[in-house]
Amino acid sequence: MPDSDVETQPAPAVAPPPGAPHPVIVHPVLRVDHLSLWYGTAQALHDISLDIPDKRITAFIGPSGCGKSTLLRCFNRLNDLIDSVRIEGGIEFEGASIQAPEVDTNHLRRRIGMVFQKSNPFPKSIFENVAYGPRVHGMRRRRDLDDTVERSLRSAALWDEVKDRLEDSALGLSGGQQQRLCIARALAVEPEVILLDEPCSALDPVATARIEELMVELKDRYTLIIVTHNMQQASRVSDFTAFLYLGRLVEYGETQRIFINPHMKQTEDYITGRFG
Amino acid sequence: MTVRSRSSAPRDLLGQSLTWLCGGALALNLLLILGLLALIAVQGLGFFWQKDLLLLTLTDGTRVFAEIHEREVRPAAAGGPRLRLKTGNRDLTGLDFRWVEESAIAGRERPRDAVLLERLEWGNFHGRAVELRHDGEVRATGAGVWEAFGPVHEAGLRLRRRVERLERGDIGTVNMEIERLRLERRRIEMGGADPARRAARLSEVAAREAAAQERFAVLAGRLATERREMERDVLVMEAADGQRKEVAAGQIVTALRPNTLSVGERAWLYLTRTWTFVSGDPRESNTEGGIFPAIFGTVMMVFIMSFAVAPLGIIAALYLREYAHQGPLVRLVRIAVNNLAGVPSIVFGVFGLGFFVYLVGGTIDRMFYAEALPTPTFGTGGILWASLTLALLTVPVVIVATEEGLAAVPRIMREGSLALGATKLETTWRVVLPAAAPGILTGLILAMARAAGEVAPLMIVGMVKLAPQLPIDTTAPFLHLERKFMHLGFHIYDVGFQSPNVEATKPLVFATALLLIVTVTLMNLVAIALRNHLRRRYASSVV
Repeated sequence: MPDSDVETQPAPAVAPPPGAPHPVIVHPVLRVDHLSLWYGTAQALHDISLDIPDKRITAFIGPSGCGKSTLLRCFNRLNDLIDSVRIEGGIEFEGASIQAPEVDTNHLRRRIGMVFQKSNPFPKSIFENVAYGPRVHGMRRRRDLDDTVERSLRSAALWDEVKDRLEDSALGLSGGQQQRLCIARALAVEPEVILLDEPCSALDPVATARIEELMVELKDRYTLIIVTHNMQQASRVSDFTAFLYLGRLVEYGETQRIFINPHMKQTEDYITGRFG
Repeated sequence: MTVRSRSSAPRDLLGQSLTWLCGGALALNLLLILGLLALIAVQGLGFFWQKDLLLLTLTDGTRVFAEIHEREVRPAAAGGPRLRLKTGNRDLTGLDFRWVEESAIAGRERPRDAVLLERLEWGNFHGRAVELRHDGEVRATGAGVWEAFGPVHEAGLRLRRRVERLERGDIGTVNMEIERLRLERRRIEMGGADPARRAARLSEVAAREAAAQERFAVLAGRLATERREMERDVLVMEAADGQRKEVAAGQIVTALRPNTLSVGERAWLYLTRTWTFVSGDPRESNTEGGIFPAIFGTVMMVFIMSFAVAPLGIIAALYLREYAHQGPLVRLVRIAVNNLAGVPSIVFGVFGLGFFVYLVGGTIDRMFYAEALPTPTFGTGGILWASLTLALLTVPVVIVATEEGLAAVPRIMREGSLALGATKLETTWRVVLPAAAPGILTGLILAMARAAGEVAPLMIVGMVKLAPQLPIDTTAPFLHLERKFMHLGFHIYDVGFQSPNVEATKPLVFATALLLIVTVTLMNLVAIALRNHLRRRYASSVV
């Protein structure tokens, strides 16, 4: 169990020592700059800085409760929904702060889509699920909606399975199909970044493999950030990996390098399965 | 292990006896409900079955045509068993029911020529048909009367339908027009237009009034002719004691010889009577005829109530659950809302009278119906105010159910919508509310059931013993929300306990109660079907 192992660990390092250089990323899509976050009085994120590369898959790994989901939810400001959250530091999206009060979160969330840990299709038909985003953003013509739904479902590799039952309830789909439907739903509003919060944790290996294939296909067109506690998944699909531990960014770098040659002891312990 | 098994024996026993106790309590509840339903069903449904019309000879020599309605077994010391007889002929004897001791009956016969007449007035007549007259001259006597009466009866029924159409349709329309013109005249008189124009308009209205009056006179003349026509054919009846009574053909609703009827004919009679009861208008201060206006009033009131309570309750619950900051104040409001459900309903009635009827209704009257004053239009009880009063009464039920429905919508569903860039309003409207719809409908079903059975508050905000017109009819504006209405619950009270002829109406009370239960059940079934349809559509995840 991770909890008992964590207790036996020595006190965590306060900050990554200089031996763990960040990768140099040219034209990052998202820049996290000295970000700290509190839930009430409990600090969940400690002074995190990292750059997310464009049209790549970046994975956040780490044990449960390390803050990787919290960090992910900062990117589309979903943490705003929780009253007690307080944030310091900044996040820039394509050069502009997303933290500023005048930022239109609805517009931001349209550009930065999200797929959740547990598939959450709306209790509507498959078609209406995918058409939901375009509809709220003002698409009215049936032909446009038809096109968008088909394109999104094709991108999510779901079209062939559901094209004959678009009017059926989305809740009749299998778990893996539901998750791909959620991806299609996120794609339908044409985002630039897609956040995936442990998208495969509730799925069987076959369904997981399909989602992973899909992610690799999608990275030509989108920037993907995936939170996972499955290290094989991170090593299989991602280009860059960030290891978070107890709210701190321990190490960040190219995935191959992190998994083959981690600079930090904690990273090595985690990826070799000594804890976590 | 041994310790546990030794000590578990008495504890198992306790657990088992508790299970039996709980099961027993449930069984008792079910038994009580089933018993109640069975009692109402048997008493109410038996009413329409045509019994034999017996010719009874009593020990004191009197003879009487009677249906036996009830046999009460009493100990010999108290006089032995006695029978409740329906003897009819209220106009001759003053009563149509009487109790007779079984021992006082010397003879029973089932004469095939015994005739039962159901009349528009004075209730049933039991006797023999002895003569048929037309304009005073005898057309048939003795055995030929019944055969000759058949076509006369048919013609009488047709005539009566024509008269009813005339009264309700044409004359009703003219009457309403006369009233409208009167109000228009008042409005012109009260208005501030210059005198010349006012005079011109007044004379125009006066001309239209005169025309309407003329039309009314013509129609009234026609009605009088038809009425006289109804009196031309007369059936002379003879009661068991030899008294004679002339009954105009137009007064006879049904005429039959009960002792000649086969089971099939009785079954047909049973169905037509049930249908008349459900679809007809009441007569004889509600003791006879049908109860259609009461059914209509009940259903329509519940309908209007639902339309008022659903938006009010849902919006209030939405604010409480989705928007309000969850603090002590909201908790306090929630407790208050729950307590509101426990306020005695008559208090809501008094509030409805003071607020809706006098304040709102009075204001509407002063602003829009000033010409009709001092006769109130909305400033008196009516179906709208009654429905709104009940909406207030049932709104806590809807709020509580809606809140529970909203709370059951998973957070991840809302986040899914927000993460697509939908606003909170869009999320609530398009995702949360549809997902909570089954729960909301459950609340609405409970509210409807409560409203349909409520009587006390309605007695002071618009429910009446006899409403001459339905709240919906064919004269513009078709929907008359200011009208008073009849209600099944009040009908039960009125017929059962306020009627001058309690014996006659006892079965009606049961039949009406049964119908109220059936009506409420039907309305609930419709709502449940709707909810299940929504559930299927928004079926929650199988996980």
